[in-house]
Amino acid sequence: MSKLTPVLSAHWDQKDSFTIDAYKRNGGYAAAVKALAMDPDALIQLVKDSGLRGRGGAGFPTGMKWGFIPQGDNKEHYLVVNADESEPGTCKDMPLLMANPHVLVEGVIIAAYAIRAKHAFIYIRGEVTHVVRRLNKAIADAYKAGYLGKNVFGTGHDIDLVLHIGAGAYICGEETALLDSLEGFRGQPRLRPPFPAIAGLYARPTVVNNVESIAAVPAIVANGAEWYQSMGTEKSKGATLYSLSGHVNNPGQFEAPLGITLREILELAGGIRNGHQLKFWTPGGSSTPLFTAEHLDVPLDYEGVAAAGSMLGTKALQIFDETTCVVRAVLRWTEFYKHESCGKCTPCREGTWWLVQILRDLEEGKGSEADLAKLLDLCDNIMGRSFCALGDGATSPITSSIKYFRDEYIAHVTGAGCPFDAAKSTLFAEAK
Amino acid sequence: MTTTNSVLNMEIMQSIIARYPRKRSAIMPLLHYVQSVSGFVTNEGIELIATLLEIETAEVSAVSTFYTQYKRSATGEYHIGVCTNTLCAIMGGDVILASLKEHLGIENDGVTADGKVSLEHIECNAACDYAPVVMANWEFYDNQTVESAKALVDGARAGNPPAPTRGPNRLVTFKEASAVLAGLDDGLAEEGIQAGIPTLLGLKLAKEGK
Repeated sequence: MSKLTPVLSAHWDQKDSFTIDAYKRNGGYAAAVKALAMDPDALIQLVKDSGLRGRGGAGFPTGMKWGFIPQGDNKEHYLVVNADESEPGTCKDMPLLMANPHVLVEGVIIAAYAIRAKHAFIYIRGEVTHVVRRLNKAIADAYKAGYLGKNVFGTGHDIDLVLHIGAGAYICGEETALLDSLEGFRGQPRLRPPFPAIAGLYARPTVVNNVESIAAVPAIVANGAEWYQSMGTEKSKGATLYSLSGHVNNPGQFEAPLGITLREILELAGGIRNGHQLKFWTPGGSSTPLFTAEHLDVPLDYEGVAAAGSMLGTKALQIFDETTCVVRAVLRWTEFYKHESCGKCTPCREGTWWLVQILRDLEEGKGSEADLAKLLDLCDNIMGRSFCALGDGATSPITSSIKYFRDEYIAHVTGAGCPFDAAKSTLFAEAK
Repeated sequence: MTTTNSVLNMEIMQSIIARYPRKRSAIMPLLHYVQSVSGFVTNEGIELIATLLEIETAEVSAVSTFYTQYKRSATGEYHIGVCTNTLCAIMGGDVILASLKEHLGIENDGVTADGKVSLEHIECNAACDYAPVVMANWEFYDNQTVESAKALVDGARAGNPPAPTRGPNRLVTFKEASAVLAGLDDGLAEEGIQAGIPTLLGLKLAKEGK
């Protein structure tokens, strides 16, 4: 039997999979009808019972998040879907929305009804023109079919869904920065508490969920909490999308129960590119501490990855072979964090700037061994002292790479710069 | 108001504002809309948005300068972004960017003299299983090589760019793409493939029982 469990990806191989006709042909929107006939509290309980946890990186239980919304408060409630997928290595939500935008629309209808929200928003990153087209068309078609708008499915409930398109700021993936951005301000994170469940969009109770979390809901409603519970591990239930990229023979999306290992996924993907060996990898994007070949058998669930010293994150498995200079890789990620730092807090704004200076010197052979201590000291002053998780994430590649590859940093100091030939890491080198 | 605003369609701008419970939320799609008319965020556009949303022009400027996709000078008709975040850079993005700079004779953020092509190094665009990735007017050009990227910019300069690998049957212009990002329908949603080979790999293996 296959180790893979396509649920979200089950119909992606149908050429018209993104259309409302195809989605309905495959059973789509039946879960919404079922959900709208249920009590909203029972729906929240169902999602709690399923064990579904946030797929945007943090892994917070989705049903619990919904349950935090105060009921009977006579205030507007909002549902906001985070489709700002920008964490380096993360590439699951965009192909999902390109191939099947309706599963998200159906998830939105169910979730909005459950938390008693009449207004929902999808905040999608702006650098994906065709994904925006597909999603906007799906929303328009759902309105035409009477699944959105006034009196959805003839049930008397009103649910409006607005697609909000970003403009290129990684920080807007942080949920409170996303809310500021959606309100029409610069996307900078807010002080918490109050949490969005109490004072979110327009200071009203708001649920912010990742695309994959909301897209998982229709199947849970259709098949039940027990079915979802039957996949995964003790505390990490269900199936999820693992995105494999980098120096492998066959990169791609693998939907599997939580707890699968990189060794198993690599076997399915035909292994590391021929003639090369695994050097380091990220389990869930660049903000999750690096792993090496010694972590091939770590169960890729929330607990397993944390116990091994990293985070499951977005399950973005970026694979680098032995041709890759870890200092170059880490420098480039650090440049990214510096560019994307919103500037609100000093540790992140100034810290990422200094990290780049030091790493650049090291990569160019102008550093010293003392720079390693300085890097770690700076990371110590950023981690846990920044306003939001962007600063924490910026330290992950640095501290983990120094932990596993200290000698390689030293080699940049004692030799005359970078000992690697960058050309050998390219795919073009492989083709020749 | 200067003549630029004569082509900013008030009806469209009002319809964008009407999407939201509070009108200030419309600032981002309105900025995309201004780019769809002018090719970048003009002072006139900022003034009009401020007037419509009843906020200060400084507040609109503050937002427009925060987000990388809003440009304060004209981009090319075809805006090319080469991903040089770690994974794409290592797998060939750095080489592609360097060769395009040389081929076009422009630097990062530069525009060719004919106004056809602008070049920018970009961050991760959520297509890592298709690395190295190049975006043109924010459409996907997957699995790029130096040769394919040069063919893309050469085609763009000749007014005949190749179609995106995952996108519509033709590459729209920067202004046309900006209209899509303002939330306007260009009727092209159903063109192009639903998924590329990497997207479908896990599903294919599962069906084969692997």
